[in-house]
Amino acid sequence: MKFSVGRMTAVLRKELREYRRSPFIIGTMAVLPLVFLVEPLVIIFRIGPTVGAAAVDKAVGSTFLLLLIAPALLPAVIAAYSVVGEREQGTLEPLLTTPLRREELLLGKALGVVVPAVGMGYILFAVIQLCARLFASNALVVSALGQGPHIIAEVLFAPLLAGWSIWVGIGISARASDVRVAQQLGTLSSLPPLAVVALVSFDVFTPSVTLAVVFAVILLIADIVLFRIVSALFDRERLITGAGAQKAPAGGGDVIPPGAVRRIPRVGGSDDRRGHP
Amino acid sequence: MVGITRGEDPPAGGSPALVVDHLTKRFGERLAFEDVSFTVAPGEVFGFLGPNGAGKTTTVRALGTLIAPTSGSASVAGIPLTSNNGPEIRQRIAIMPENPGLYKRLTVAENLQLFAGLYGQRNPGPRIAEALESVNLTARARDLCGNLSKGLRQRVGLARALLNEPAVMFLDEPTSGLDPVAAHEVLDLINGLRQRGVTVFLTTHRLDEAERLCDRVAILNTTLRSVGRPDELRERLFSRSLVVETLAPLPAPDAIFGSTTGVESWRPEGPSSYVLTVDDPRNMAPHVTRALVSAGADVVSITESQHSLEDVYLQLIDDDPEAAAR
Repeated sequence: MKFSVGRMTAVLRKELREYRRSPFIIGTMAVLPLVFLVEPLVIIFRIGPTVGAAAVDKAVGSTFLLLLIAPALLPAVIAAYSVVGEREQGTLEPLLTTPLRREELLLGKALGVVVPAVGMGYILFAVIQLCARLFASNALVVSALGQGPHIIAEVLFAPLLAGWSIWVGIGISARASDVRVAQQLGTLSSLPPLAVVALVSFDVFTPSVTLAVVFAVILLIADIVLFRIVSALFDRERLITGAGAQKAPAGGGDVIPPGAVRRIPRVGGSDDRRGHP
Repeated sequence: MVGITRGEDPPAGGSPALVVDHLTKRFGERLAFEDVSFTVAPGEVFGFLGPNGAGKTTTVRALGTLIAPTSGSASVAGIPLTSNNGPEIRQRIAIMPENPGLYKRLTVAENLQLFAGLYGQRNPGPRIAEALESVNLTARARDLCGNLSKGLRQRVGLARALLNEPAVMFLDEPTSGLDPVAAHEVLDLINGLRQRGVTVFLTTHRLDEAERLCDRVAILNTTLRSVGRPDELRERLFSRSLVVETLAPLPAPDAIFGSTTGVESWRPEGPSSYVLTVDDPRNMAPHVTRALVSAGADVVSITESQHSLEDVYLQLIDDDPEAAAR
């Protein structure tokens, strides 16, 4: 039985339906981007009409970097909930009793996070563009925001950064036994790619097309490698029994050390042990 | 040598739905179940009984390809149990865990749509409608699962298990935690599955429901203790006997019962009640009655002693210190 897009889509549809029914998830998804919207707007509006092109370019560049924080941070918490959350609400075992393959489950879950996260990133970008056209006092701001490399960087980096957060988050979720721990670790692990953003902001690196391409390729490779690692980490047996190999299975109850097993006398001829002496 | 007898064979008819051969599962040094072998015929309702921690749920999980057995072999719905065959086996079976595990923020229909999609059904509407109708939940299709009672959730779980028209359905404690009315409804649904020819593998603690529903039962306590029809198990475990009650204590019971041909032994059970071990209770009852009347006794009743599946279960499990420890 091969990879099925239909099964992956079924998982994705379920994820999106669950978000829609959960005001808390929608709320947290909406609030964080608003925070990252305010500072770029302030930066843009503070650029006076007489500011030169170089200064405008620098300000707009930092605005783009800020916009990338949202798609990197947003998915972390949700991705970290994805597997351990299913376990906690008792829905993982029924899912795994179906023909669903782990790659289908993981990709369905990942798409369920990437769609709202990247969508939100693009909406922020569109709002900034719109506000700049309507309210910016310096015409150079609008042209700087509309530059091709900036737009390509935004379109490219939003899903790649989200991909990092999602795979790390799902990986943690597949190994964690507690939702809160998974979410804390997930948030922390989304920070490394943002370090590059911070280094650019502090002028340690100068943003350039070359840097952007190199960083994008590194992120793409990291996303693919992480997907493979997370697939390998997804241990059906461990997730179902809720324990490592040394622990007793959940629902299977206490198990008996081999030495302690004592057979009671069998009822005459009562064992269905075909071919067993 | 412990061989298979015809009584333990599954009913004839087609290739077996389940063949389990010396299956063992260890978690590291710990043993979940060991050397379990049995066969289940297509369309059979097979009860899997045992105390807490006996390995019932782990056996179901192993047969459902959720966990890998340590040794032994099995075939499920005609497919060998190997890691590569997992998706194929899961396509042909359904497992309803003790907790149905529904998405509480989704409606009943949305829950079923998800699982129909996972079974690769492109146009699941009619199948979902049929599954809901078979569990009498059509009117609740748009209700959020979080708003349903436990009994209704079990029914949704059963509807979900029907979606892929499974060859083998594993039901793990389907009536656990249900009130008697809800449990009765679930049992009726399982009876309906039997009529549809679905092979049902039922794990349960409730011996009355196993006796009522199952063609055969297996009693597991880490190792398999016994397999057979409930009446066969009774016959194997308990000698056949008559319970005699007289109006007053017999002055010389040994003389009466000892001289009655066919009575192998007897013992008192109360001041004027006696249990007689006989070969054929039905045919012996008139002889015993005549002997008692001839001796001047006033006979109140003579009945064949009845043992329930619970007696069988307790007989097999009670002497087992492992079970007592759990």
